[in-house]
Amino acid sequence: MKPQSPTLKILTILSSLLFLAALAMVFLYAPLEETMNYVQKVFYFHIATAWVGMLGFMAAAVAGVVYLVRHDRKWDLLEMAAIEISLVFFLITIILGSIWARPVWNTWWTWDPRLTTAAIVELVYLACLLLRQGIDDPERRARFSAVYTLVGSLSVPIAFLSIRLFRTIHPVVIGTNTASNLGAFNMTPPMLATMFFCLFTFSVVFATLLWHRVRLEQLNVAIEERQMEIL
Amino acid sequence: MKKSLTVPAAAALEKQKQPSRVAGFLKAILAVVWKDLAAELRSRELLSAMLVFALLVILIFNFALELDLPTRRSVTSGVLWVTFAFAGTLGLNRSMAIEKDRGCLDGLLLAPVDRSAIYFGKAISNLVFMLIVEAIVLPAYSLLYNTNLINPGLIGVTILGSIGYVAVGTLLASMAVQTRTRDIMLPILLFPVAIPVLLASVKASEGFLQGLAGAEIMPWVNLLIVYDVIFIAVAFMTFDSVVEE
Repeated sequence: MKPQSPTLKILTILSSLLFLAALAMVFLYAPLEETMNYVQKVFYFHIATAWVGMLGFMAAAVAGVVYLVRHDRKWDLLEMAAIEISLVFFLITIILGSIWARPVWNTWWTWDPRLTTAAIVELVYLACLLLRQGIDDPERRARFSAVYTLVGSLSVPIAFLSIRLFRTIHPVVIGTNTASNLGAFNMTPPMLATMFFCLFTFSVVFATLLWHRVRLEQLNVAIEERQMEIL
Repeated sequence: MKKSLTVPAAAALEKQKQPSRVAGFLKAILAVVWKDLAAELRSRELLSAMLVFALLVILIFNFALELDLPTRRSVTSGVLWVTFAFAGTLGLNRSMAIEKDRGCLDGLLLAPVDRSAIYFGKAISNLVFMLIVEAIVLPAYSLLYNTNLINPGLIGVTILGSIGYVAVGTLLASMAVQTRTRDIMLPILLFPVAIPVLLASVKASEGFLQGLAGAEIMPWVNLLIVYDVIFIAVAFMTFDSVVEE
């Protein structure tokens, strides 16, 4: 078995430290929001997990396209790792959002375009994982999931555009708000700093998880190859 | 000297070839469409199943939603599109399953034509089946619920929506039939991806049914056209890697 590379080890330790620092910043450094109080603290991780979900989505789409062009299996591993991470982080985003929405919007869930889009993205990922499960030939599995990720990634631009295209109650934190965006607020510099620190932390966490997941899958592939040799 | 002569000659030859290549491509598409339609005309398996299924879905909606006059006004476009989507999935699945069952797809792929011609052929025949079902369901619904659905705007939206749905559906169906869980895979793959098309179709149809102003309907129609183009383009580019062996 190939040992973990030292960079990966350092990255793992770094992301845990950054995570602790981000937590400390959210609870100790960032000021309380005037009307929403402690509930608003959810926002920092909500944004950060959504960011990771988006990163994963883009990484998966790009890796899928590169796979279709190059037919190199490592891109397939990267794509699958990105999809799995993105699936989990979008789910966390939705759950955190619900926790925030309950006191602020007075409901766990509304069929707002943004929320709906997030739910659809989750379903696309689940479908993609099911598709992968249904195919035995690794080469075909890689091709199909690359095509499906490409088709599915076309539903994400709507997520970005929806907030401007449709009338939405989801607040726009960066940019302009209208009166209909319930729960919007203006950020003070410490809040902004906390938000960007969280974004940075989660980007590092994303890279670390991605690396670990790809490595795990490479080991899986190695085991499969060994088994084939023995048989 | 000789070279300068042959280059324009070769270009002219290429030019002569160009239209014939396009014609060949169209011919290949037509051949696939013709094959599907002829097979359907003889067996009538697919259309009859789709039609009966579509009518059953409407029947179930009738019980589930108590389609009285006020409800009907607000849900008709939704009921119609759910019906079309379900019946469409049935047709897409079947049309690809028959290719896979008897190894017909392999035969088709052996043909010395561009693979995308096969995609377009299958997509067009699927579209024809879907449009036939819609052409029967729309008057039937109008008759059963005493609402006039024969409206040029609604028909236009129906055609545009079906194009988008079939464009991405044909691509995904050819993937789904090659998996272990082939029959249940297609709806799971297709529905989340087709949501932009279905959403835009439902909203635009609703707009036409309620007689809204054009400015309120157009954004949805535009979204529909955009997704039609996107899905056709993506399928055109990726179909090769879906059927490649």
